[in-house]
Amino acid sequence: MKKSYKCEVDCANCAAKMEEAVLKLEGVKSARVNFMTQKFTLEADDDRYDEVLKAAVKACKNVEPDCEIEI
Amino acid sequence: MTKKMKKTRNRILIVLGIFVLLLVLSHLGILDPLPWWGRFLIYLVPYLMIGYDVLRKAVINISHGQVFDENFLMMIATFGAFGIGEYSEALAVMLFYQVGELFQSYAVGKSRNSIADMMSIAPESAGLVREDQTVEEVEPSEVPVGATIVVRAGEKVPLDGVVLEGSSFLDTAALTGESVPRRVDVGSEVISGCVNGDGVLRIRTTKAYEDSTVARILDLVENASNKKSRMENFITRFARYYTPVVTLGAVLLAVVPPLLGLMPFSDAIRRACIFLIVSCPCALVISVPLGFFGGIGAGSRIGVLVKGSNFLEAVAQADVFIFDKTGTLTRGEFRVVNVIPARDGAYDRDELLEIAAYGEGMSNHPIASSIRTCYGKNLELSRLSDAEEVAGKGIIVHLDGVELLLGNTALLQSRGITCEPCDQAGTIVYVAYHGHYIGCIVISDMTKDGAAEAIADLKATGVKRTIMLTGDRKEAAAAVANALSIDEVHAELLPTDKVFEVEKVLNDLHNNKGESGEKVAFVGDGINDAPVLMRADVGIAMGSLGSDAAIEAADIVLMDDDVRKIARIVRIARKTLRIVKQNIFFALAVKVIILVLGAMGLASMWLAVFGDVGVAVLAILNAMRTLGEDGKAK
Repeated sequence: MKKSYKCEVDCANCAAKMEEAVLKLEGVKSARVNFMTQKFTLEADDDRYDEVLKAAVKACKNVEPDCEIEI
Repeated sequence: MTKKMKKTRNRILIVLGIFVLLLVLSHLGILDPLPWWGRFLIYLVPYLMIGYDVLRKAVINISHGQVFDENFLMMIATFGAFGIGEYSEALAVMLFYQVGELFQSYAVGKSRNSIADMMSIAPESAGLVREDQTVEEVEPSEVPVGATIVVRAGEKVPLDGVVLEGSSFLDTAALTGESVPRRVDVGSEVISGCVNGDGVLRIRTTKAYEDSTVARILDLVENASNKKSRMENFITRFARYYTPVVTLGAVLLAVVPPLLGLMPFSDAIRRACIFLIVSCPCALVISVPLGFFGGIGAGSRIGVLVKGSNFLEAVAQADVFIFDKTGTLTRGEFRVVNVIPARDGAYDRDELLEIAAYGEGMSNHPIASSIRTCYGKNLELSRLSDAEEVAGKGIIVHLDGVELLLGNTALLQSRGITCEPCDQAGTIVYVAYHGHYIGCIVISDMTKDGAAEAIADLKATGVKRTIMLTGDRKEAAAAVANALSIDEVHAELLPTDKVFEVEKVLNDLHNNKGESGEKVAFVGDGINDAPVLMRADVGIAMGSLGSDAAIEAADIVLMDDDVRKIARIVRIARKTLRIVKQNIFFALAVKVIILVLGAMGLASMWLAVFGDVGVAVLAILNAMRTLGEDGKAK
């Protein structure tokens, strides 16, 4: 499953770091933090999606505490 | 400006006031009698006011193991300045940094909005007609397939559908970039995203919002910036090394020279602080995607959808353009251009045309309908019997019980009939009746308006080779290629041969150069050439306002099928690439210069802050220039 979420992030480098952090997570097939469209796209297996999404949001917050991802 | 930005702006203004006041006071010598801690406190208060959020984030990030973060670097740099007694410099650096950050987010927000505005084809609501005939405004996504909606004058058509009642002109500008009004009547198909001109339309929806043209296009454009260009990947990788290396340089600079006795610690720390400030890669990281985003936006404004930054990059480097003939350079509409009776004069022109029209009476091939259209009168189909299509050759049918042959020379020869060869350009249908050759009909496909102009313009941009591929006869292909001044023609190809030809060009290019700097673009109508579109470095397809196959297979879609837009998107792509390269070069050069000056003790912290946020802002402004490009020849 692949889904997009609105994602508030202030700087381009932060977005790149968030993306890198999410890509390292287990179960993530693809991920993109798009600074220009302020969107976070995550692809993961259907049965584990919610779990992976939670971990991804946590990883983003870890790298950039000011980011907001609307789920 | 968002709320957050307004808050920052107010904070900046207050602290700026305090800073100016302190500057005046210290110049007048009023602060001099104070002990060092007194002056320290006076500067510390405004410093905390302006920099508390930076400090907060720095601390949080360290606790998360994020050491080389911008906030942390700013904290260390300003703490360093406080440590060596440069109180006003510490305050100024933090203040200037915040000004730059504010301006940066303002500029990015602004450019994001202007791109979004340009693509504002998304309908806000749909007028859904309920069972009791009342109209209710609902979200377009809530309208089911088969429902009736009302679109008033000036409104956007929210969903794809068929007109039930009313007639009007639709403006397709938002989808195609050209404002050519299209007339629609009862029964016409309408596409979402068009603007209704004058009349009220009642439309029965044929697609749900997610599948409607407008939703698909928006989705495409948004996802386009998800596909990273090579340059963007390079910069992200670069940033990963740049910051740690510069930070390490700062540590060495702070420790080594004082230990060797070359300079006092305070001097070394000041130079190290400059390194830290310049070490943020933000200007680089932001300007590349912003430039591409602007380029994709500029493309969509002229009705060209680019499906990814990487494709914009590739089309800028395309040196060879391969065109499909039918439907791309020609209209794909056949027309009778000549009717030539046999020399024996047994049948005249009109009789020949009538017999030919009967011969094609049962067929729905485009060539057949063009002959029938030319004849123009009604056919008594009962006169026909025993029709048989011979694949690749023509038709055998009986008219009034007598055998009638229509097709190529091979078909006539198979019955032992010799025909008078015709060397006119176009598709030639030879006709034989009663066992004798009676004449031929020349049918030709018209070149599209502006096709010649498109090729000339493309050559003007510096494209080296133009090639045309077609399944048509050599003579017909050569005539079109001559009229359009295309360099090379490969005719009489089957669809699989087209893939082979494109591969040959690809291999030639890559073998000769040994590197893949030059790219091959293929332009097709997107109907039968999906494999070729995929095989080429860049596949450009005719969108025909929403043909699914084309939009799926291609990398770049020409929404209004206008081949003249190809040269324009090439120019837009090249300008985008040029601007992105300028930004990378400029940002790196400024940073390196400041690093060198800083290491030699010639740069102030002010200059360093400019090297960080100032460069980022300039790069953003430069990237915004991509938006204004329309790709027309200058």
